[in-house]
Amino acid sequence: MSNLFNSMIAWVDKRFPLTSNWKAHLSEYYAPKNFNFWYYFGSLALLVLVNQLITGIFLTMNYKPDASLAFSSVEYIMRDVEYGWLIRYMHSTGASMFFVVVYLHMFRGMIYGSYRKPRELLWLVGMGIFFILMSLAFTGYILPWGQMSYWGAQVIVSMFGAIPVVGDTLQQWLLGDFTLSDAALNRFFAYHVVTLPILLVVLVFVHILALHETGSNNPDGIEIKTNKNPKTGIPVDGIPFHPYYTVKDIVGVVVFLIVFCGIIFFAPEMGGYFLEYNNFIPANTLQTPDHIAPVWYFTPYYSMLRAVTVNFLGIDAKLWGVILMAGSVVIFCFLPWLDRSPVKSIRYKGSYFKVALTLFVISFFVLGWLGTKSPTPMYTLLAQIFTVIYFAFFILMPWYSKIDKVKPEPKRLMKE
Amino acid sequence: MGEWLNMADSFSISDRMSGRRKFLVAVTSVAGGVAGAAIATPFLLSMMPSERAKAAGAPVEVDISKLELGMLLMVEWRGRVVWVLKRTPEMLETLTKIEGELADPGSEKKQQPEYAQNRTRSIKPEILVVEGVCTHLGCSPVFRKDIAPADLGADWQGGFFCPCHGSKFDLAGRVYKSVPAPTNMVVPPHTYLSDNQLLIGSESEGAV
Repeated sequence: MSNLFNSMIAWVDKRFPLTSNWKAHLSEYYAPKNFNFWYYFGSLALLVLVNQLITGIFLTMNYKPDASLAFSSVEYIMRDVEYGWLIRYMHSTGASMFFVVVYLHMFRGMIYGSYRKPRELLWLVGMGIFFILMSLAFTGYILPWGQMSYWGAQVIVSMFGAIPVVGDTLQQWLLGDFTLSDAALNRFFAYHVVTLPILLVVLVFVHILALHETGSNNPDGIEIKTNKNPKTGIPVDGIPFHPYYTVKDIVGVVVFLIVFCGIIFFAPEMGGYFLEYNNFIPANTLQTPDHIAPVWYFTPYYSMLRAVTVNFLGIDAKLWGVILMAGSVVIFCFLPWLDRSPVKSIRYKGSYFKVALTLFVISFFVLGWLGTKSPTPMYTLLAQIFTVIYFAFFILMPWYSKIDKVKPEPKRLMKE
Repeated sequence: MGEWLNMADSFSISDRMSGRRKFLVAVTSVAGGVAGAAIATPFLLSMMPSERAKAAGAPVEVDISKLELGMLLMVEWRGRVVWVLKRTPEMLETLTKIEGELADPGSEKKQQPEYAQNRTRSIKPEILVVEGVCTHLGCSPVFRKDIAPADLGADWQGGFFCPCHGSKFDLAGRVYKSVPAPTNMVVPPHTYLSDNQLLIGSESEGAV
């Protein structure tokens, strides 16, 4: 039996680089031996991607991208299609969990300096994935054509109208109509199920290729490739990804799936944070709900969008809001060049960085919470203060990361 | 970098990039670029509003005989909501009172036809016809005629409040200072066919 198997593999290897790729990317891909909790989220993001692709295909079998049919086709999936409710909840919960794991994955990069040289491009590809993910979440949220779908899309598409000169034409080009209508729903469906998933899968592939070129960073933020066994050429602090980290990641998958199933079966709406109550009302083009807020993963940026209430530097408040909102996401791309610290990992960074990062995390959560609330003068003021802190984390980084008192990095990976 | 640009290397090491080959590479690249742009055009244009979308936009006729004082009527025109509000004399008085708090009290920015560029932003002083769309990001504001409610503050004299991002407008659709919305709300073209027959979307009876 094993002879037959071996000869089959040999047959394939003559025609396709199967064994060599298996070795290069799994059994002889050497990863640092000190990965911890924070290193679960890359593989979990891959798991959620697969979940979204599979459940998404099955949802398209019953969903109708037509403004007059969309809402009822989703209800049809929920009530009449065998296990339709399960497939839809897997997809809607998967969307939120995608952001949970991706935010944790990005935070890992921030605390251990994974974006630093030589991993700048890896970080940028990751940011590209994040942008595609946001577009997917946005286009997907429109599809049920409920009140939140409609008015959320209205707000986002109107942001393009704030761009000087070309704004109006661009908005019509995006909508395929003069208002948000069936034409837009139909094309957002095309983006959501064809264009964006293809781009996402390609970028994830490129992300992993780039990772395997530089090798993984680790909690100590030092390069394991600088210390190789002279005989074997293998990093002395490296262990093969398979079986060591495949087994570790399976443990992560099991824990993740327990949480995931718990949400699907007991709290798929998550108190209105994963699926908003107003979206159980069909879209009404004449009336905005009294309170609208985006899904939780967009609320920090949404807070910044509405934080600006005064015109300054000759730009009106509306355009400033759009600039800040876009800037708050794009600014992550500059991290590799903003961080001037001589060390990568938070373990060896000084107190300035730790304070700055703590303030940043607090502002991210406060802005996120404010984004779920109706705007009042008090809340708007808070949003303004925390928007400043959010941006200060990035803009002041070249300064505080340079003068920060750092500890010396070890030569070898430390024991946990 | 050099390796990528110097295509001759990939043809053969001895065969250096001759002038003729350079020329052919340049011409082929330009022709390819032009062809790419040409084939992209129909795809990009296919995403503009279709002929059917352009044709849908006929004016709507509204009977306002049953509209009572202080009442707001919602009408759909071009997929958007248009409000018809019959203002009470008290409501009209507030328009002068709050002018100091407005960003564009004289309606200088062209957000209305010329015949509506006045304090009430209307043809008939009491009847306001305005698109119920916030000039910030397109939400539809809420009609709040209550005076000085808890959430809007003691100075609130009645008007429109956008629940999305907190923009405020007065009872003529004029925007307050220091809110996200940049301009007054849009007054659509409209005319009166008779005392109680309002035509929204056109300024003359004949032209449709």
